[in-house]
Amino acid sequence: MKKENVIVAEELTKAFGDFKAVNAISFEVKKGEIFGFLGANGAGKTTAMKMLIGISKPSSGQATVAGFDVYTQTESIKKNIGYMSQKFALYDDLTVKENITFFGGIYGLSRAKIKEKREQLVSELGLENISNKLVGSLPLGWKQKLSFSVSLLHEPKIVFLDEPTGGVDPITRRQFWEMIYKAADQGTTIFVTTHYMDEAEYCDRVSIMVEGKIEALDTPKKLKEQFKVDSMNDVFLKLARNIE
Amino acid sequence: MSISLSNISKSYKKVKAVQDISFDVEPGELFGLIGPDGAGKTTIFRILTTLLIPDEGTATVAGFDVVEDYKAIRNAVGYMPGRFSLYQDLTVEENLTFFATIFGTTIEENYDLIEDIYVQIEPFKDRRAGKLSGGMKQKLALCCALIHKPKVLFLDEPTTGVDPVSRKEFWEMLKRLQKKGITILVSTPYMDEAALCDRIALIQDGEILDIDTPKAIVSKFPKTIYNVGANNMYKLIQALQSYKHLYSVFPFGEFVHYTDKRDSFQIADLKSYLQNKGLANISIEAAQPNIEDAFMELAK
Amino acid sequence: MKRFIGFIKKEFYHIFRDRRSLFILFGMPIAQILLFGFAITNEINNVDIAVLDHSKDATTESIINKISTSKYFTINELIAREADIETAFKKGKIKAVLNFEKDFSRNLIKEQHATIQIITDATDPNTANSITNYINAILQNYQQDKNKGIVVEYQIVPQTRMVYNPELKSVFMFVPGVMTIILMLVSAMMTSISITREKELGTMEILLVSPLKPFQVIIGKVVPYIFLSVINAAVIVLLSIFIFKMPVQGSLFLLGLESVLFIITSLALGILISTISETQQAAMMISLMGLMLPVILLSGFIFPISSMPVPLQIISNIIPAKWFIIIIKGIMLKGVGMAYVWKETLILIGMTIFFIGLSVKKYKIRLE
Repeated sequence: MKKENVIVAEELTKAFGDFKAVNAISFEVKKGEIFGFLGANGAGKTTAMKMLIGISKPSSGQATVAGFDVYTQTESIKKNIGYMSQKFALYDDLTVKENITFFGGIYGLSRAKIKEKREQLVSELGLENISNKLVGSLPLGWKQKLSFSVSLLHEPKIVFLDEPTGGVDPITRRQFWEMIYKAADQGTTIFVTTHYMDEAEYCDRVSIMVEGKIEALDTPKKLKEQFKVDSMNDVFLKLARNIE
Repeated sequence: MSISLSNISKSYKKVKAVQDISFDVEPGELFGLIGPDGAGKTTIFRILTTLLIPDEGTATVAGFDVVEDYKAIRNAVGYMPGRFSLYQDLTVEENLTFFATIFGTTIEENYDLIEDIYVQIEPFKDRRAGKLSGGMKQKLALCCALIHKPKVLFLDEPTTGVDPVSRKEFWEMLKRLQKKGITILVSTPYMDEAALCDRIALIQDGEILDIDTPKAIVSKFPKTIYNVGANNMYKLIQALQSYKHLYSVFPFGEFVHYTDKRDSFQIADLKSYLQNKGLANISIEAAQPNIEDAFMELAK
Repeated sequence: MKRFIGFIKKEFYHIFRDRRSLFILFGMPIAQILLFGFAITNEINNVDIAVLDHSKDATTESIINKISTSKYFTINELIAREADIETAFKKGKIKAVLNFEKDFSRNLIKEQHATIQIITDATDPNTANSITNYINAILQNYQQDKNKGIVVEYQIVPQTRMVYNPELKSVFMFVPGVMTIILMLVSAMMTSISITREKELGTMEILLVSPLKPFQVIIGKVVPYIFLSVINAAVIVLLSIFIFKMPVQGSLFLLGLESVLFIITSLALGILISTISETQQAAMMISLMGLMLPVILLSGFIFPISSMPVPLQIISNIIPAKWFIIIIKGIMLKGVGMAYVWKETLILIGMTIFFIGLSVKKYKIRLE
C-alpha cells in the first residue's frame, strides 16, 4: 500500500554561525504514520522541529509539511498542524470547557463547530463531571490527554508532540498511546520528539539524531535487530558510543 | 537503620500528598522510590531532609529524628533536589567551593569521594554552571551534594530530563558510591531504573503499592503475560478490549501485553478470534513481566 | 566564620556577574539626580506667553518690554481680539496671556488705577501659580521704579528672604528625596529579590539542608548591599555637591551615619518582603508598590506633608523615608547636628529593630 508523504525533508540545515545545529537531515513521514524523532538534549531535535512547524527559517535544504513549503507557506503549515508540548499545554486558570473554546477559537472554528467538538471531547474523555473545573486542578495525566485532544480540535493533518508522556503514571501513559493509535488509524500523522527512549518503542518508525545529523532511521524492531539489543534505550547507547 | 519512616502522612491544605507511609532503608543500601509525577516522592524527600514537618507519623535519618534533631540531620545528609539547584552564574569550581565552605570543609579534604565524578567535569571547571549540558549539570550537582561526605544521600529524580547515556553513567556512579558505604535514597519516574536498585518502593497517589527487591516484585505478578502483535495497533487493542476472556491489555512498544482471565488459555483461540476481527500478521507469545506490568497490576 | 565569608563571596559573584543589574544599580542614582536636577524643575525659565494689548501706549509698551527682557518670559504671540485667547491656549505653546485694558496709560495717570488681566493655563497648577507670582513681582518692581521720588502716603513693602535655599533651586529639594528613594530601592528591592531568587532556583532548599544558620544566610545576603548602598549614597552626595553646587552645611560624618542607619532599615524591610513572597516577580511588585509609592507620595519628598489631609499625615508617620528625609534635609540644608535630629533618629532605630525582629521571627527554617 503506497501512502502519500506528508512530511518530506531534504538536506534540511540550520546553522547558527559556524555551528550547524541541524546538519543536512533528510527523511519522509507517511500519512497516518507515528514517527519518532529522537535524540539527546541539544542534538538538534527542537531546532529541526521548529523549522518543520514554520517558526524558524532553514539555512538551506528543502522541506514540505502537509504539502506546504517551509520557506514560503508557513501560514498554511500552521493551519494544518497541531502542536502539544509538556511545557506548554493548556491554561491552568481556565476551565476545561473554556480551554477547548479558546483553542477552537484561535484555529478559526465556527461557534457551532466548537460546541459540537467540545461536547464530543468531554464525553469521549469522560470529563462530564469536571468540565467546569479549572484545568490546574486536574491530575497531570488528564491534562495531557485533554491537551492532546485539544491539539486535534481543528482536525490537523499532522500533530507534533514534544515529549508528551514524561512523568505520567504507566496506566495513563498507555491510555495516551491508545489515543495516539486511534488518531493515527484515522489518518492523522503523529510526529513525536522525545529523548525518552521507551516512548520510541511505540512508534512505527524512528529517527535518532546525534549532533545535528540523523544517524539511524528505521522501525524500532529493525533497529534493535541491527544493533543486536533488546530495547531502544540500548540502541541509543550503542549509537552514541559508536559516534564517540 | 539509616532511614526509617513509620506511618508518615502529609497534606497541603486539603490535598493529601502522602498517606501512612512506612519503610526502612538499611545502611549502605541503594533504595528507589518509583512512581509517576505527583505520587508524593518529593514530599517524602522533603520530610526526610527536614524541610517539611509531617502531619502524622515519625521518621529518623541516620538515627536522628526529622523534627527534633533537624540540625543534626542537616549536617549529616547530602541532598540533590528535583530541579537543577546550583548557581547558574557561578562556575563549576566556584559552586563546588561554595558548597564545601558552607559545610565547613574543603574540596581537597573529601576529594577521594568525588574524584571519579569530578574528573569528568574538571575540564570545564571555569565554565558557568548555567552553560553546562544536562548530564554535566547533574554530575556537578552530585559532587556538590557529596562534598561534605554525607552518611545518607537523597537524590530526588536525578535522571529526569537527562539523555540515556548520562543516565547510564549516573547509575554507575551511584553503584560506586554505594560501595563506599553511603546510603542512597533515589526517586525516579522511570520504571526501567527500578531494576538498578537493591530494593524499591512503588508509590502512587501518596500511597505505597509494594516494597521489595525488584526481582521479588516482578515474580509476584499473578498472571502469564503474552506479547500480542498485529498489523494495526489500534484495531488490535479494540479487538482485545472486547474479548470476553480479557483480564488486561496494555500497549507495550511494538506489542501489547495481554493477560487472560482463564487458567487454561489457548493461544490458538485468541489468534482465531483476532483473525475473525480482520487483523493480519498476528503474533502471540508468552513474555516475562517487568516492573511496569507489576506497577500497573498493583495500581489497578 | 569561614562559612559566612564563603557565603558573602558568593553573593558578590552574583552581583558582579549580573552586568545589567549592576548597571542599573549604579546608573539609576546618577540618572535620577541628573534628571531631577536639570529637567524636572519648578523653576520658571523662558516661558512662552502671549499679549493682548488694547491700549498700545507708552506704559503698556514699557511693561511688555520689561517682561520680555526678563529671563523668565518670552513673548510668543500678539493677540488682537479677546476671542483669540482661547485659540492661543489651545495651540498649547503659551502658558499665560497678559490682557491690558483700553486706555491703560490714561487710566493710570488720571484715575491712578489701571488693570492688567493675567490669564494662566492651570492644567499644571504649580507652574500657573509660579507664573502669576513672577509676573506680579515684575509688575510691582515696575511700579516701584515709577514711584521713585514720589511720596506715597501709605505703602507696605514686604521684604521676603528665603533661607536655606535662597535661590529656590529645586535640586536642593530633590537630592534628599532621590537619595532616599535610591537607598530604599537598592537596599530593599535588591535584597528581597536576591533571597527570593534562591527560593525560585531551588537553591534555598540546599541552603536550608546545610549547617548554615538562618541568620548567617540573612546577614550574608545583606552585607554586600550595605556596601553598594553606601557607595550609592556617596555618589549622590558628591554629584549634588560638585555638579549642583549644593552646600552640605552639616557634618558629612553624621550624614554618613544616618545614611547607614536608613540603609539598614531598608534592608530589614527587604528581608521582610522576601519572607512573604515566593517569586522574584512578587518581591519586585511588593517593593515597588509597597515602598516606592509611599516614599514618593507620603514622605514629603514631592508633596508637603503639612498640606495633606489629616489621615494621610498620620499614615506618613509610619513611613521610614519621611523621618530620613527630615534628617538629611536638616543636615544638608540647615546644617543641624544630632541635637536637632535625635528624635527622628530614634524613631528610625526603633523601626529598624522592629523590622529585623519581625523578619527573624518570620524567616522559615523549613519550606512551609
